[in-house]
Amino acid sequence: MTPILLTPFDIAVAASLILLDAVLSILLKLRLHWQITIAAARMVLQLVAIGYVLRFIFSLNNPAATLILIFVMVLVAAREVAARPERRLTGHTNLVIGFVSVGFATFVTAILALTTAIRPQPWFDPHYAIPLAGIILGSVLNSASLSLDSFLGSVRRERQAIEARLSLGETYNEAIAPMVRDAIRRGLLPIINQMSAAGIVTLPGIMTGQILAGLDPLEAVKYQILLMFLLSGGSGLSALAVSYLAARRLTDPRQRLRLDRLR
Amino acid sequence: MSPALIVKRLRSELAGPFELTLAIGSCAAITGPSGSGKSLFLRMIADLDPNEGEVWLNDRERASMPAPAWRKLVMYVAAESGWWADMVIDNFPAGARSAVAPLADRLGLRADVLNASVQQLSTGEKQRLALVRALSLNPHVLLLDEPTGALDEESVRRVEALLQERMAYGTSILMVTHDQDQASLLGHQRYRMAAGHLERA
Repeated sequence: MTPILLTPFDIAVAASLILLDAVLSILLKLRLHWQITIAAARMVLQLVAIGYVLRFIFSLNNPAATLILIFVMVLVAAREVAARPERRLTGHTNLVIGFVSVGFATFVTAILALTTAIRPQPWFDPHYAIPLAGIILGSVLNSASLSLDSFLGSVRRERQAIEARLSLGETYNEAIAPMVRDAIRRGLLPIINQMSAAGIVTLPGIMTGQILAGLDPLEAVKYQILLMFLLSGGSGLSALAVSYLAARRLTDPRQRLRLDRLR
Repeated sequence: MSPALIVKRLRSELAGPFELTLAIGSCAAITGPSGSGKSLFLRMIADLDPNEGEVWLNDRERASMPAPAWRKLVMYVAAESGWWADMVIDNFPAGARSAVAPLADRLGLRADVLNASVQQLSTGEKQRLALVRALSLNPHVLLLDEPTGALDEESVRRVEALLQERMAYGTSILMVTHDQDQASLLGHQRYRMAAGHLERA
């Protein structure tokens, strides 16, 4: 079975639904019609652009080019991680922490999958490496930003409790442990929800995509299960890394709580 | 009297430099307007805020020991107490819990307070319990930030009596207070903080 290829006309028909949204917005005074139009236009442009970029990189089939694209994707994800939390660390620390934790989690999980389960020839084949890194990044980005937001917010809120413990002679690690634990939990909740709901509430995107592309449902399901495991691993690693690094950043060799490094 | 605590050229970007010598079993009371750096001074001695300079306790320099060990000996009790567990008793260090009930009783706290939840405590109860928590660890020096700020007169007298007893056993106290009577009652040395500088009063 070959996938059904879409014509520009097919897409234009679907685009009429955006017009429907815009008309609704005008009629109901939602004041969203410009936002919807701009968002739809952005989406089309971004996706078409990435389509051409992917086609180009696939044609190069060069590990360095693949790596550079993944690097750029990680950088964009790190920016999102840095920007999401209400509180920011001073300087560019949010960005650095986001980059290290997102990059670390994505590389570890993607390389594990590419060298064991999926095993394309060669293992860095961009047809596999780039989409895989993209899927993992989405999940890892979500976990990392939730964890960072949770950690920075709770440290700020719990300052008196943390400093009370430090004053009593507890170590920084002991005093900060509850906030680190909560932050990691917060980062893992989305993937737990996703796994619990998979197949009942939602038909996950990759599986749906592969079925639409003509793959046997059970083969698609196997892929989805593998991906869910990868995503939960990636989420765990990034939540752990981001919380740990942020906790390190908020102390010094004298085990103080350095809230002056938080805005 | 031999000195317990010696502060030399202690300063930060916000306050100082400070010089102070506190004898074993004596009390220095600091008064002064809000925002003049009184709390900051205590926090710097406890090494909770970045600072430079030397602090010595019984001929041992602060920098020669890890910060947690220092803070166990020179213990800061904040004006607003901090709590991390729901049950009161879980907020006390595990090794020192046997000393807690008698001390709580001395300060007029109800007998069941240790099994209450922190949310049920009044501000005054929290303040006294935070002091109990520090005293149960037997630090050499207590850095008290307005220890009786939220208390009624009866409780204030109980706290003052307990602190005097501790001093008789050799504990040294550096305290910030807004209460001039308390400063003259407890303070062997009196200081006034103004704009980040300490003056002998």
